[in-house]
Amino acid sequence: MDGWAHHLIIAPIALPLVAGALLAVYDERRQFLKGLINLVSTLITLYIAIVLLQQADTSATGVYLLGNWPAPFGIVLVLDRLSAMMLLLTAVLACASLIFSLARWHTAGSHFHTLFQFLLMGINGCFLTGDLFNLFVFFEVMLASSYGLLLHGSGPRRVQASLHYIAVNLTASFFFLVGVSLIYGVTGTLNMADLAVRIPTLSIENRMLFEAGAAILGIAFLTKAAMWPLGLWLLSAYPAAAAPVAAIFAVLSKVGVYVLLRLCPLLFGTPAGETTGYGATFLLVGGLATIAFGMLGVLASQAMTRIASFSLLVSSGTLLAAVGLSDAQITGGALLYLVSSTLTISAFFLLIELIERGQNPGADVIAITAEALGEEEDEEELKEEVGTRFAATPAVLGACFVGCVLLLTGLPPLSGFVAKLALLAALFAPAEQGATSGIPTANWVFIVLLLLSGLTALLALSRVGIRAFWAPIDAVVPRVLLVEFVPVVCLLLLTLGLAIKGGPVMRYMAETARAVHAPSSYVDAVLTAPRIPPAETGR
Amino acid sequence: MELLLAISIGILGGSGVWLLLRPRTYQVIIGLSLCSYAVNLFIFSMGRLRSGAAPILSSRTGSLADYADPLPQALVLTAIVIGFATTALFLVVLLASRGLTGTDHVDGQEQ
Repeated sequence: MDGWAHHLIIAPIALPLVAGALLAVYDERRQFLKGLINLVSTLITLYIAIVLLQQADTSATGVYLLGNWPAPFGIVLVLDRLSAMMLLLTAVLACASLIFSLARWHTAGSHFHTLFQFLLMGINGCFLTGDLFNLFVFFEVMLASSYGLLLHGSGPRRVQASLHYIAVNLTASFFFLVGVSLIYGVTGTLNMADLAVRIPTLSIENRMLFEAGAAILGIAFLTKAAMWPLGLWLLSAYPAAAAPVAAIFAVLSKVGVYVLLRLCPLLFGTPAGETTGYGATFLLVGGLATIAFGMLGVLASQAMTRIASFSLLVSSGTLLAAVGLSDAQITGGALLYLVSSTLTISAFFLLIELIERGQNPGADVIAITAEALGEEEDEEELKEEVGTRFAATPAVLGACFVGCVLLLTGLPPLSGFVAKLALLAALFAPAEQGATSGIPTANWVFIVLLLLSGLTALLALSRVGIRAFWAPIDAVVPRVLLVEFVPVVCLLLLTLGLAIKGGPVMRYMAETARAVHAPSSYVDAVLTAPRIPPAETGR
Repeated sequence: MELLLAISIGILGGSGVWLLLRPRTYQVIIGLSLCSYAVNLFIFSMGRLRSGAAPILSSRTGSLADYADPLPQALVLTAIVIGFATTALFLVVLLASRGLTGTDHVDGQEQ
């Protein structure tokens, strides 16, 4: 890996940064140009993500030394299978929600395109960085743009939701900072690979401080990943967001899951001595509680956006519990579940907006939850009708809805089924040789909750599906542009692709999980990354 | 000096958390600011407290023990800048909320 291919690792951060800065220059009258720049940049990011995925799959862990400083002293970017997969997932969601927004949403407020690019930069940076403080910086870039995007479209409901969202996330950032500085104070390093090397050598009194630091740091990620009871902010924020914004936000909570998935095996894996397995039980119990809470929430919701948000909680809970079990086989299934559920929820958020466009505004006001928020429908800001009334529109919408239901409940033939099957198979067959005594109780609880969550999703979605598609007598065909169908259908086709290509996909996931749970290659790659020799100058 | 710093971080953090839990948006933003002061002081203290030690090497002679740890100082600087920006943004949202709902309650309505 040399020449331009090596520098490609920084491209998913640099490109959105440049594009976002460029977009900030143009004012709102140049909407077409801004949309074009954003689209081009996002498509190039998608292409780069595909190339990086191939690179990560075929060659060793890629390490990019920023400023050519050697690893524990400078900041590094690390590309391995896990980060490449997350980059691609982000890029796919970004393309889908951007194309969707180009139909009308991007004009609903100012600086949509700029914030969108900065959000991409922050998310990609979180996935690539190999340094804890740098992770904080990218986290903040991501959060700052997400504050702006949540406000996109304005209206009392969004401002209210943003107020809570910002306050909660700022507080979580304080936890992040306290945790990072405690870890630095004890170990003297912030490089993740270097941390993994130093943890086993900590003295007893320092180990206690380190564990406290790691736990405080974990609070920040668990808040982002929306673990119960830290995730209640999500339920007011996501339903309030504009549809394309909610679709890209679906990957935001996965950033927290990603960091936990990266750090737990790295810092508390088997070579960590006394700290091995620290926090795993907490993650497992928290994850299971999140599934249970999300499940009940899905049953209790009336509005579709609430169902989607609670499904997001179920998905987060499943992933957190899988991280807590820290088993390579389970992680492999969980990774497929991560990709599949994120694509699904993103598509579902987009689809909901299209379905509800046809309904009588205020039809959902009977929903107790919406009433509790005390706001009137603020969709009036987009009065101009867009799109033509295709006769086939309800049929396509219905088909997409059925696709989403199959995915959320984990029924065949789409990837939701394959992902749940992989998870369940791994849960039924514990990989440890010592576990001949049968399946542990925790696995049983997890299995039961996983199956129950599918059942409750099916119940809740059939109910809203009947109300949206069959019950209305004087239903008007919603006006939907073709460009709004394309992203939803593409996301659903992708999940079908994941199911058809299940073999190669599972091989990739299994190798990713193995690498995550054997972090020595990651640590070696980072700490021995060669510097580029200084170029010959004319002197 | 350690005791003084610990007490000030404690007071700032404690008052910050108390204000953060209050129902008025203005109290919340002041609480967030106080919390961020406490956190910034905390980060600073993680580089160990030293007085009269420079963070930047001034000559090649002498031992590293004569210098303060520069990294927490750099971290604190970054944290201050980011905290400043997000507080400014929160202030805007606060004003927008006041304008749209006519109340400064965090839930947008009096209980």
